[in-house]
Amino acid sequence: MAETTNPKESNTGLPLVTVPLAPLLAAAWLIPGGGHFLLNRKTRAVLLFGCVTVSFLAGLMMRGYLFSPQTGDLFTTLIYVGGFIGNLASGVPYLATKGLGYVQPDVAGHVHDYGTKLLVAAGLMNILAIVDAYEIRQGKKL
Amino acid sequence: MPKMNLSHLEVSLLFALVLSVVLGITSKKTSQEQINYGLKSFGYFVGALVGLSWLMYLGHR
Repeated sequence: MAETTNPKESNTGLPLVTVPLAPLLAAAWLIPGGGHFLLNRKTRAVLLFGCVTVSFLAGLMMRGYLFSPQTGDLFTTLIYVGGFIGNLASGVPYLATKGLGYVQPDVAGHVHDYGTKLLVAAGLMNILAIVDAYEIRQGKKL
Repeated sequence: MPKMNLSHLEVSLLFALVLSVVLGITSKKTSQEQINYGLKSFGYFVGALVGLSWLMYLGHR
């Protein structure tokens, strides 16, 4: 991946690191911390990867439910489409899990429910990481 | 895939830990600010968890 450091500084006084936007966002989505890794923030990349992966794996080990988009009344749409987006945002962990045939029905039980929340939380944390990588690229953060 | 059964407290602490690290990294600019914010955030999560738990316990006596 071609990575260049722009000698110009952003308006925050931080050096601009220019990695093409599309590959950066794709890497940040697919591999948690991947965007930070491309931007040479390796410690943060490892921490983000660890946090998202631990949350996702804990959710899987607690047999959490992976949402499929469903529509109906407003709450059903919000929960199922929102949950699906949250799951999908995890990137490769989600795609691999679906690809390997993980099927867990949405059953009652507090452990399953905690697992479902952790699976969605992993995706939401990855969204934070994607936005952070974008801000670093734009020179708004170190 | 092994199975795991965590209690509500354990899941809450795990969630607080990972989210605090992510919030610290994504919310602040310098490393020192990130560490401070992560620790503060974790403390707030745990404080709210214990405080609300006691509130619910006392409210149901």
